[in-house]
Amino acid sequence: MSKDCDIVIIGGGNAALCAAITAAETGAKVRLLEAAPRSYRGGNSRHTRNFRCMHEGPLSVLQDSYDQEEYLQDLLKVTGGNTDETLAKLVILETQNCLPWMLSQGVRFQPALSGTLSLSRTNAFFKGGGKALLNAYYRRAQALGVELLYDAKVTHLQLDGDHISWVDYSHADIEYRIAPTSVVVASGGFQADIDWLTRAWGPAAKNFLIRGTPYNRGLVLSDLMQQGLLTVGDANQCHAVAIDGRAPQYDGGIVTRLDCVPFSIVVNQHAERFYDEGEDVWPKRYAIWGRLLAAQPEQMAYAIIDAKSQALFMPSVFPPITADTVEELALKLDLQPQALRHTVDQFNAACPDGDGFHATELDGLITSGITPAKTNWARPISEGPFHGYPLRTGVTFTYLGLKVDKRAQCSTADGPVKNLWAAGETMAGSILGQGYLAGFGMAMGTVFGRIAGQEAANHAR
Amino acid sequence: MQDESLQEARRQLEICNACRYCESYCSVFPAVHAVRAFSDGDLTQFANLCHNCRGCYYACQYTPPHGFALNLPNALAELRQDSWEEFAAPRVVGRLFQRNGLLLATATALCLALLLGLIRLAGDGGGEGFYAALPHTLMAGIFMLASLFPLLSLTVSLRRYWRATEGEWIRGSQLLAALKSAATAHNLDGGHGEGCNFEDEDRYSRARLFAHQLVMYGFMLCFAATAAGTVMHYLLDKPAPYPLWSAPKVFGISGGLALSAGSAWMVLLKLRADKTLAAPSAWGGEIEFIALLGAMALTGLLLFVLGSTAAMPTLLAVHLGTVLTFFLLTPFSKMAHAFYRLAALIRDEQCKQQR
Repeated sequence: MSKDCDIVIIGGGNAALCAAITAAETGAKVRLLEAAPRSYRGGNSRHTRNFRCMHEGPLSVLQDSYDQEEYLQDLLKVTGGNTDETLAKLVILETQNCLPWMLSQGVRFQPALSGTLSLSRTNAFFKGGGKALLNAYYRRAQALGVELLYDAKVTHLQLDGDHISWVDYSHADIEYRIAPTSVVVASGGFQADIDWLTRAWGPAAKNFLIRGTPYNRGLVLSDLMQQGLLTVGDANQCHAVAIDGRAPQYDGGIVTRLDCVPFSIVVNQHAERFYDEGEDVWPKRYAIWGRLLAAQPEQMAYAIIDAKSQALFMPSVFPPITADTVEELALKLDLQPQALRHTVDQFNAACPDGDGFHATELDGLITSGITPAKTNWARPISEGPFHGYPLRTGVTFTYLGLKVDKRAQCSTADGPVKNLWAAGETMAGSILGQGYLAGFGMAMGTVFGRIAGQEAANHAR
Repeated sequence: MQDESLQEARRQLEICNACRYCESYCSVFPAVHAVRAFSDGDLTQFANLCHNCRGCYYACQYTPPHGFALNLPNALAELRQDSWEEFAAPRVVGRLFQRNGLLLATATALCLALLLGLIRLAGDGGGEGFYAALPHTLMAGIFMLASLFPLLSLTVSLRRYWRATEGEWIRGSQLLAALKSAATAHNLDGGHGEGCNFEDEDRYSRARLFAHQLVMYGFMLCFAATAAGTVMHYLLDKPAPYPLWSAPKVFGISGGLALSAGSAWMVLLKLRADKTLAAPSAWGGEIEFIALLGAMALTGLLLFVLGSTAAMPTLLAVHLGTVLTFFLLTPFSKMAHAFYRLAALIRDEQCKQQR
């Protein structure tokens, strides 16, 4: 068995690259095993766009300040307190050191994108998005001498007591077995394995769309789980949002998102409403709609708007389905025309009179006498042409993952595994129990990627 | 005519408009994001505003093999080529030359032959210096006609462009801003000053920016040299040859050096860059055009060095032949991009004021 490298990094996304670069900077010999081909390298990071970053004063593209306490409160709000506070605080505090480090690795930032001004103080946007960030990291890793293998699928990590003895992987149709000193797992969640999702969710998962890479199938995660590695999180917890139902099964990314829900009524296949569309501004609510949709028949729903709302939200990649009357629209959406007419009439009658509509803030326009109520932006659906958008559950990543400590180290029931660390979505459950905060995935990946890389290098010395 | 390229640009930009990750690379994306439904005129404007810096391609999560198959630099380049053919006056000539390097070479050869023939016939007409080979009146006459034609043709083309993109009356501030952008090649700096992604995939590099500016300023210096010569000849009654420390010589030599170096550098960069991120069918014509620029500059410099040797008449024919080809084909070659690009930059300033 060969030991032709000190450190093996499993995965090829943000966390993996941060670990590889940090380790290689110490002079260690690093091999990175990316399961995807080069054109699809980078896992879900390819689709990301920003990094939530704590800052005491203006920092790069970030204005004003965003302190640890405010950041933590934002996180606690979306996770309903289901957060490991020690690790969360560690991530938050470390983000401010990450941003200058990212700049030094060649990552570039840009001001918040049009349509995302609400994030301009808290989130640093990558110039060109996540793929441009990955390009910079891959270039840097290559310059540091990291051996980058694409189409390299890890099949097994051999756990013997308190250490990993060897790693099996295939590359270009050849099986390899190597025995590195340190191993970092940064190979994401298991959301692309629909069968696994189905076991966790029930048959509903067959109708889920996967927003990111088809290569995150949880092979390494399940291999390690079978050998008794400690995990954290529920298999049915994930970051899932409402996306356009016409999106491809995998890899649709950002352009399939739909921001029209607050200005719409959302009906299921029986043309019935099922949740308050106007509960809060969309950036604070989009992450609960994935689960809401999953609970509907066939995991499908339709957002219906009229002509006066058409220009209120960012265009999505698929044009709306359009008709001059509500009944006609129902037919095009495969809904019962009388049922949709009835729901729209009921909703319209429940809308308040008068003006006061304000698209970008809670305007208090609330329905009366219908259940569920719509508690903001309730305006009659009355002006043709009418538009419909099909909605489905879009899964970004699963939370069930390896349990790590603050040094990113993995363990079994008997204690730490002395040469195994994890970073990124594969250990996100250690911090996030539920819910999601924009830009926090990249924050966790960068912070823990760097920690894992440093620890792996220290061990290999 | 350009339905296909319009449709493809529209398809791709609708995806871009839902993503917006590339907002800070150049002027194209803010302009795109301000529009919800793209008219043909909008698309034509975006295509001509694009400097082909390729930042957006290498950053794109939807490039092939992804099913969305985005290659925006290519889609905009194809549409740009189509629009130039459409706006060319006369149209049929535009169609002939834009994508046909061979025709360009043939035209060059014909111009060379014409000049050589003239020099044979008219040589030793009693003039001094170059005019011994080709009398001044004949030389000036040919080039007067040869420069009038592109001027007229481009005027018609730009009017067509302006109408298609619904351009408005131009204000001084808009022109100034556009000229500043062209002078600094702002759209080739990547938005962060580190340059574009051209000759080495996703690595930011200012090589193309510098090469382009060498060509552009070199060309302008050469043009200034010719203009200075004309003024000295007609207004100051000082015919050529001119001493080394005179405007025509100083401009001509510095411009010639910059233009030949810039052209060579540009060809090298284009050879290393990925052809499929521009309009592949126009590649040959573009290379020949740059070669023509380089040849024009190089033969001009050689004339300066070898002007008093026996090689002069032949060299003069070659030099004037390249210049003649250049003038005649300006509206139909890559050179046209300078005019359309400036128009697009002015139009962009107008659109910016409305956003």
